[in-house]
Amino acid sequence: MFTRHDALKQGYDVVIIGAGGHGLASAYYLARDHGIRNIAVLEKGYIGGGNTGRNTTIIRSNYLTPEGVKFYDESVRLWQDLGEDFDLNLFYSTRGHYTLAHTDAAMRTMRWRAEVNKHFGVRSEAVDAAFVKRAIPSIDMSCGGHAPILGALFHEPGAIARHDAVAWGYGRGADRRGVEIHQQTEVTGIRLAGGKVVGVETTRGPIATSRVLCAVAGHTPRILDMVDLHTPIYVHPLQAMVSEPVKAWLDPIIVSGSLHVYVSQTARGELVMGASLDPYELHQSRSTLDFVEGLSSHMLDMFPFLSEVKVNRQWAGLSDMTPDFAPIMGVTPVEGFFLDAGWGTWGFKATPVCGKTISHTVATGRNHPLIEGFTLERFARYQLTGEKGAASVGH
Amino acid sequence: MKIMVCPLNGPRPVSEFAYGGEVRKSPDPDTCSDAEWSAYVFNRTGSPGVKYEWWCHIASGFWFIASRDTARDVVLATFPAEVVRRGLPPAPPGATP
Repeated sequence: MFTRHDALKQGYDVVIIGAGGHGLASAYYLARDHGIRNIAVLEKGYIGGGNTGRNTTIIRSNYLTPEGVKFYDESVRLWQDLGEDFDLNLFYSTRGHYTLAHTDAAMRTMRWRAEVNKHFGVRSEAVDAAFVKRAIPSIDMSCGGHAPILGALFHEPGAIARHDAVAWGYGRGADRRGVEIHQQTEVTGIRLAGGKVVGVETTRGPIATSRVLCAVAGHTPRILDMVDLHTPIYVHPLQAMVSEPVKAWLDPIIVSGSLHVYVSQTARGELVMGASLDPYELHQSRSTLDFVEGLSSHMLDMFPFLSEVKVNRQWAGLSDMTPDFAPIMGVTPVEGFFLDAGWGTWGFKATPVCGKTISHTVATGRNHPLIEGFTLERFARYQLTGEKGAASVGH
Repeated sequence: MKIMVCPLNGPRPVSEFAYGGEVRKSPDPDTCSDAEWSAYVFNRTGSPGVKYEWWCHIASGFWFIASRDTARDVVLATFPAEVVRRGLPPAPPGATP
């Protein structure tokens, strides 16, 4: 599926660190839309082996800030014809997305999000408890008696997709246009001269380049140390798990902020489930029993009939969190060093629009208008883009 | 890490503790620049390593300092909170760079 390159060239126009969805999408659009094809994508592991292959694949645009809603809505639009673009089945499946509200305060946030969304043409509605029960007949509306469902934010375009295929589709598309993807190639340093990027050191030798894009999710702080950039990013693990396959019974995607659950059922019948971040900083993708116990108990609050269903697998990824739950993207004080980071727990859905906007930014040296709210310098100006209220669960 | 040694209560399951973030020194708000202040408010040491952190034993409400390797998830030592005033000890042995 991908060309194997035995050696690195001496130099490239652009070096992208990280062959996940975001890095490969950036390479793809740089090659397809901007005519920049002399690109190396460096990956210390394998294609899509980081958070691209570890997320719970939910795609939605029901965010809270105007910056967020416009950005993610563009992403949802780009998702629609991506499979045809790649000639690859992404199993993109529009399911509808319910964010359950168990308190009056949560209902107020749902109305707020619905109004912001509708203002920007995104299909979201605050719905009542009866609407939720009709859509999900098998749900226990009292949630075990301790968290009764009052209503929900219903987001019709909510969807899931096959995450690995997204990385493969972008990777193959980039590869066919001449981009070199080098797996098992770790970046060990970034060379600067006069505050500008001049090259990259790797485990397979040095490369000359004037432009570097960092798209490495939970490994971002280690790359930032190489260029001496300080950011608010902090890393916590995020865990997820899947059940054994069962007969299709759950069509929509269900999220409960109060119960710290998000769940959807894949085309082959598995329930894909996630919860909130691990409670402290850690740079390790280990799994814990605490997580399975906590998440399972909350799943059973909503769906008691699942008590006999087995959990098949669990895993974790490293989330690069930011204080306002919005990403950090675009140009940086280091000339030629571009960031696509701070994607915390919300990055998969943004893969296409990140590729589009970051490729524009790298090609022109100026931030794309859609990412103006996500710059690193917003923190020095105290102008945060507060998206915590739109996080799927309270972290 | 499943057991943490609280300086007051001895070894306890980690689920009894809450993480309070890295121990950091505040610049003087009256004399520092806006840039220094915003860096203090928002920026964090994001990369892995041995860090001094605030932890709280929730059941007893006792705050203390732990020296923890955030790459390996190993607590190297715990101290009562006075060490912050007295000056943090040097990084203990066993620290990964």
